[in-house]
Amino acid sequence: MRLTQGAFSFLPDLTDAQIAAQIEYCLQQGWATSVEYTDDPHPRNTYWEMFGMPMFDLKDAAGVMEEVNACRQTFPNHYVKVNAFDATRGVESMRLSFIVNRPAEERGFGLVREEGAGRNIHYTLGRRA
Amino acid sequence: MNAATELSLETAFAESQIGQVLDKLDAELVGLEPVKSRIRDICAFLLVDKLRSQLQLTTGAPSLHMSFTGNPGTGKTTVALRMAEILHRLGYVRKGHLVAVTRDDLVGQYIGHTAPKTREVLKRAMGGVLFIDEAYYLYRPENERDYGQEVIEILLQQMENHRDDLVVVLAGYKDRMEQFFRSNPGMSSRIAHHIDFPNYTSGELLAIGHLMLKQMQYTLSREAEAALREYVELRRTQPNFSNARSIRNALDRARLRQATRLLAQRAKSLSARELMTLEAQDIRASRVFTQVARGRAS
Repeated sequence: MRLTQGAFSFLPDLTDAQIAAQIEYCLQQGWATSVEYTDDPHPRNTYWEMFGMPMFDLKDAAGVMEEVNACRQTFPNHYVKVNAFDATRGVESMRLSFIVNRPAEERGFGLVREEGAGRNIHYTLGRRA
Repeated sequence: MNAATELSLETAFAESQIGQVLDKLDAELVGLEPVKSRIRDICAFLLVDKLRSQLQLTTGAPSLHMSFTGNPGTGKTTVALRMAEILHRLGYVRKGHLVAVTRDDLVGQYIGHTAPKTREVLKRAMGGVLFIDEAYYLYRPENERDYGQEVIEILLQQMENHRDDLVVVLAGYKDRMEQFFRSNPGMSSRIAHHIDFPNYTSGELLAIGHLMLKQMQYTLSREAEAALREYVELRRTQPNFSNARSIRNALDRARLRQATRLLAQRAKSLSARELMTLEAQDIRASRVFTQVARGRAS
């Protein structure tokens, strides 16, 4: 099951040139980019692992692409995303986030039932084994 | 075919607007003839190379890493800035910004700190020019555990792998840079252009002084001009002379003295002319003159 989180996730995977162009746009806006990865893409897992430090004051996408490729090489079977953070006063939040690497086989999620008080059933998303 | 190529060289030259940058280089930088002619050579080569690639002739991706050697104040940083602009116009670097760093910005403080720090700087410089001032400090043979060696290794690797993304310019004093290259032959062979910046002559220094004053919107009285000429001659013979930078400092101090002089006679109303003019006494009050007098006396 294809994971649909972040921007562009309903599109076919972006090529490297397209990724570079998106990063270029982020840098033009003055956003700081960072690379993150995870093996647990649960929608409630907001904080993925950071791959290196966020990158400030970059002028060209080549630097970010290097980091993206290094992360892909280290974690070929993880999800990898690029974040762009806008530090403008009053915004101070993520402006753009998109997935740049997916595992070969995406396992997706399963339905988990939990029995509560009074035989009530709670449903939630769980990782599929 | 012949006419077509001639035409395209003309248009390529016009399109890149490289003529403007070179003219600006001529106008803003006094002297430095060997440097300018070398830059013109590089420009011409890159332009021709670009055309060759358009005609699908073989072009080896030119190595653009450079080393600028010369005494302090001979304009290495300024030329590096222009070089970034020129390479940007010619399309060899994408952004054309200059990131100027020294040893402190590259070398870490503990084991494992150097590589990320250096990589961060390299990433910032991508798409532009990385200017490493006093690059010989990176290599300290007297301390074999110095982290500078690690920086050099990463630099070498990135200079090879990111030829399209990054141009590295190493700068420093001539003799120490030569020693640096002797001890790091890998670095020397990866740098295609070794450019030496000569010292300025007195006449050139004077011209630089005038150019600076023009930019700061000051003028010299006739006596002040003679004083400045004398000052340049004297200052050259004294220790710690750093070419154009010494002239800039001298002029800055003259401006201070002028301000004090004007403040002392504040009862009088001032004209714009007086505000702009440096008098001979502003320059003659310099330590440079008194030191010589003392030297003669003793």
